[in-house]
Amino acid sequence: MLTIKNLHVAVDGKPILCGIDLNVRAGEVHAIMGPNGSGKSTLAQVLAGRDGYQVTAGTARYLGQDLLAMTPEQRAHAGVFLAFQYPVEIPGVSIALFLKTALNTLRKQRGLAELDAMDFLGLVREKMKRVGMDEALLSRAVNEGFSGGEKKRNEILQLTVLAPKLAILDETDSGLDIDALKLVADGVNAMRSSRRAIVLVTHYQRLLDYVVPDHVHVLSHGRIVKSGGSELARELEKLGYGWVEAESAARLVA
Amino acid sequence: MNVQQEAWNSTNLGVVPQALAGHDVPWVRQARQSAFARFTAQGLPTRREEEWKYTDVAVFGHRASLAPDYIPPDPPSEAALHAWALSSAGAHLMVFVNGHYDADLSALDGLPAGVRLQSLAELLDDADALLQPFFDARQEHTIFAALNTAFTTDGAVLYLAPGAVLDTPLHLLFIASGHGTAIYPRNIVVAGEGARATVIEHYLGTLEAHSFTNAITQISLANGAAIEHCKLLQEGSAAFHIAGIHAEQAAGSHFVSHSFALGGHLGRNDITANLSGPGCHCTLNGLYLLDGRQHMDHHTRIDHLAPDGVSRQYYRGVMDGESRGVFNGKLIVHAGAAGTDAHQSSGNLLLSRRAEADTKPQLEIYADDVKCTHGATVGQLDEDSLFYLRSRGMDMESARSLLIYGFANDIVARVGAPDLRARIEQLVLDRLPQGDNIKELL
Repeated sequence: MLTIKNLHVAVDGKPILCGIDLNVRAGEVHAIMGPNGSGKSTLAQVLAGRDGYQVTAGTARYLGQDLLAMTPEQRAHAGVFLAFQYPVEIPGVSIALFLKTALNTLRKQRGLAELDAMDFLGLVREKMKRVGMDEALLSRAVNEGFSGGEKKRNEILQLTVLAPKLAILDETDSGLDIDALKLVADGVNAMRSSRRAIVLVTHYQRLLDYVVPDHVHVLSHGRIVKSGGSELARELEKLGYGWVEAESAARLVA
Repeated sequence: MNVQQEAWNSTNLGVVPQALAGHDVPWVRQARQSAFARFTAQGLPTRREEEWKYTDVAVFGHRASLAPDYIPPDPPSEAALHAWALSSAGAHLMVFVNGHYDADLSALDGLPAGVRLQSLAELLDDADALLQPFFDARQEHTIFAALNTAFTTDGAVLYLAPGAVLDTPLHLLFIASGHGTAIYPRNIVVAGEGARATVIEHYLGTLEAHSFTNAITQISLANGAAIEHCKLLQEGSAAFHIAGIHAEQAAGSHFVSHSFALGGHLGRNDITANLSGPGCHCTLNGLYLLDGRQHMDHHTRIDHLAPDGVSRQYYRGVMDGESRGVFNGKLIVHAGAAGTDAHQSSGNLLLSRRAEADTKPQLEIYADDVKCTHGATVGQLDEDSLFYLRSRGMDMESARSLLIYGFANDIVARVGAPDLRARIEQLVLDRLPQGDNIKELL
C-alpha cells in the first residue's frame, strides 16, 4: 500500500530524514520507534502532507500514486489519516460538526450518500462509547480545554469514524494513563483489517504490548537502522536505544 | 464658520425644512431648530478628535444638502421584501422606505394588549408629549444625534405597558432605494415594568448608489423590563451609516443589543447604556464581516451608576481585502457602583495583508469591590488548524471558511430568538467562500 524509497527530508535546510526505505502492505501493523530527534514525527507529518518540509530526494508511493505530489485533502480523500501528536484546538466548531463535515466530505468523494444528522449521531455515539468518550463532548469545540489524554482519544474517535485505508498514529500513546492507553489500543485493534494498514509512531514500547505490531523499525538520526518483528520492541525496552545505535555503528565500521 | 457650514446654511437657509413631521408643534420645531444650530456650530467631527480618530466622516460635508429628500422613489416589490424578511410568517413587520413608514408593505396585525406601535411622524404631528424627553439636548451622545433631531422624518415608537410581553420579534425594516438619499430614522422603545420584547432594526439597500443614513434608537427600560435588540446592516456597497443606540436602564432590567455589520461602505455605531438602578444586566454583542474597502466602527460605552450591575461586551471582526474594523469599548464604573461585574472582549481576525483592526478597551473604575476584566486579540487563521482540517479532507477554501465561521459564530450564537439566530447564521455563511459547501455539511 505504501512504498517509501530513499526518502530525504529537510526542515529549513537541515536534514532530518536521511534515506528512509519502508514497505507497508494492507493488513499490516508497523511500529516506528526511536529516540527524540530521530525524525519519527517528521516522517508522519511528511506522509500527511504538512507544509514546511522539503523533500530533497526519494519517493513515497501510495496505492500506486505519488503521495508527495498530493495535497493534504487529496491524501485524506485517498484514505490516508494522521492521528496528530499535538491535536489542534478549533474554537467555535463542535466535535459533532467537525466529524460530520469530515465524514460527509469523504463519503461524497467516494460516491456514497452523505449521512443525515440522525444517522450520523447514531454512528458516532456508538464509536464514542467504544473509546470511552462521554457523549456530552460532542457539543464541545474540538479539543478546546481538553486534557492531553482527551485529545488523543478524540484522534482515535476520528480514526474509527473516518475508517481510513492507511492510518498513521503519531505518538498517540504519549501522555496517557494505563486505562486511557487500553481504550486507545482497543480502538486501534478494532480497526485492524486485511484492507487497512496501520503505522504506529511511538517512543515507548507500552502501546505495543496491546497493539502487537507485525513489523518494528527503529529510527535513528533520520535512518531506519534496524527492523524486526514484535520481539524487537521488547528488546529495545530492555536494552534501550543506545544499544541499537551502538549496534548500527558497529555494522558501519565492519 | 468654515466652508462646510456655509454650504449647509446656504442650502438650508439656516432653518429646518417645513415638510418635516411635527413642524406645527412648538416643542418639536424648537427642538429641531436648536439641534440644527448645535450641529452647525460644532460641525462634523474631524479625525483629530480621539473618538473619531479612525473614522473619516468628511464625506458628509461634501454633500450639497444634508436634508432628507422628499421625492418618494419606487418602493421595493413584495417579493423582494419577502426575500429579505428575517423572520418567518407571523412576525410583526414595520417597513420604512427612504425614511418614511409604508403601511402597505408592513404587517402589524395581532399585536397583543399592552403593546402600542406607531410611526414617529404620526406621533410628532399629534404633539405626543411623551416623546419630548427623548429629544432633549442632554440625550445627544454625539453631534449626529443632534443632526437626527433636526432632520428625522420617521421611525418606530414602541410602548410596552407594564407586564406586556411581545413574544414574536418586531422587525423594523429600513430600505434605502433612492439614489443619494439622506435618511434619518429615529426609533423609540419604552418598556414598562416587567415588559419584554425583541426588536430587530434592519437596514437594507437596494442600489449601489450612495445613501446616507443617520439613525438614532433610544430604549428606556423600567424596573425588571427585558429588551433584546438586534441591529443588522445589509446596506448597499456605497452606503454610509452613522448611528446611535442608547439604553436607559432602571433596576433589575435586562438589555441585550447585537450589532451585525454585513454590508455598507462606511458605518459607525455608538452604543451606550446607563445602568441607573441596582442589579441591571447589559450585554452588547457585535460582529462585523468586512471586505474590499469597507469600514466599520463600533464605539460602545457602558456606565455602571448603581450597585451590582452585570455587563458584558463581546465584539468580533473579520477583515479581508483592505477593510478596516474599529472597536473602542468603554466601561465606566462610577463611585457607588460597588459589586459591579463587568467583562469586555474584542477579537479580530485579519485575512489579508492590507486589512486592519483597531481595538481599544477603555476602563475607568471609581468604585471598590468590583470585578472587571477585558481582553483584546488580533490574529490570523491558524496554520495548524488549517492543516488539521485539510488532513481530514477539507479543501483549503472550505477549511478557511469553517474556521472563520467558527470565529464569527461565537457572536451569532448569543442571539436569543432562534429564528433570528438561524437566519443570521445563514447570512454569515452566505458571505463566506464555499459557504454553501459548509452549509450542506453542517
